[in-house]
Amino acid sequence: MRFRRMESIVEAVGNTPMVRLRALEKDAPGTKIYLKLEYANPGGSVKDRPARQMMLDAIEDGRLTHDKILIDATSGNTGVAYSFLGAAMGYRIQLVMPSNVSQARKDITEAFGTEIIYSDPMEGSDGAIVKVRKMVAEDPDRYFYADQYSNPSNPRAHYLGTGREILEQVGDEITHFVAGLGTSGTCMGTTRRLHEHTRKIQCIALEPAEALHGLEGLKHMESSLVPEIYDSKVPDEILPVSTDAGWDMSDRLAAQEGLHVGHSTGANVAGALEVAKRADASCVVAIACDRGDRYFAPMKWEKHYEW
Amino acid sequence: MAVTVRIPTPLRTLTGGADEVSVDGGTVAEVIENLETNHPGMKDRLCDDKGVRRFVNIYANDEDIRFLDNLETVLKEGDTLSIVPAIAGGASL
Repeated sequence: MRFRRMESIVEAVGNTPMVRLRALEKDAPGTKIYLKLEYANPGGSVKDRPARQMMLDAIEDGRLTHDKILIDATSGNTGVAYSFLGAAMGYRIQLVMPSNVSQARKDITEAFGTEIIYSDPMEGSDGAIVKVRKMVAEDPDRYFYADQYSNPSNPRAHYLGTGREILEQVGDEITHFVAGLGTSGTCMGTTRRLHEHTRKIQCIALEPAEALHGLEGLKHMESSLVPEIYDSKVPDEILPVSTDAGWDMSDRLAAQEGLHVGHSTGANVAGALEVAKRADASCVVAIACDRGDRYFAPMKWEKHYEW
Repeated sequence: MAVTVRIPTPLRTLTGGADEVSVDGGTVAEVIENLETNHPGMKDRLCDDKGVRRFVNIYANDEDIRFLDNLETVLKEGDTLSIVPAIAGGASL
């Protein structure tokens, strides 16, 4: 599939590869662990899927037109996805993000012509959501508010894509699926598809163990604005994962598997490894949300922030 | 000597909802100790046995304390200490 010739970059979203984590499997003998590399999407993350689906569905039913601005709250990957898709399809994009996002993030989206509006860094990603809602309420006709937290096209992208692809790639082997909760789109959509499979597949949602955590992209539901698309009854189980476990696993994946991934992927794989040790597990699939290089910036050389 | 500490949303359950609290202390470490006294549970959220947790960012005025003297960073009356959350959310990433 990935060799095919395409008419547009929009078609390049999805059909991502899956790799086996043989070094990690030594910690859970007898269980296969696979990681689906969503960072192979053209925008570099799993977010290309929901962004594409939200845009295509809205174009089809007329919510998104060329005289409107697509706006949403996003600190990163969804913004990159809207930006390249918007550039390729000719739509104007505005993003609301906390002002302490790294310069690299701002630069990536702006390279595609996207306009950025800043929100208070102390309010985190929820502050960006509150701000975008206010802007849209004041001038509703001007915008198509994609609203990845409430838009059913977000989980639909995973129902139609991620879930189907997983079944094609591992066939009937899969016993467990693990995904972290952010907007919850990946978990909701993929789980719904996997639960339609003839044999029961245990689908486990991971959430940060702490309210103040460092697993960017994941949400501690109890202390957050809960996304409208999130239904706690969909996953079979919710498993807490600590920031330290996620960060350490990111390092281990780079050193032992040759996979340089972001911290949310580290958390997903830390959860997957825990699940792989269970007696009823024989094949566990997890999601690699994005690459680690998207997170290089702030600590080392980007010393000064503008608030 | 009092400094203003800005509290991020996830930790406001410990401050009764307050987004800012006034705390005594001449260094970041002293402020954290006093924060813990006034709002039990705060220190464990911010620090582990090696110091400030690696995913927690603390700013003295507008500078990350990692680029100053870390926990020993000296504060003066009226300074602002900000505990800034990682940019987490659903935009996942």
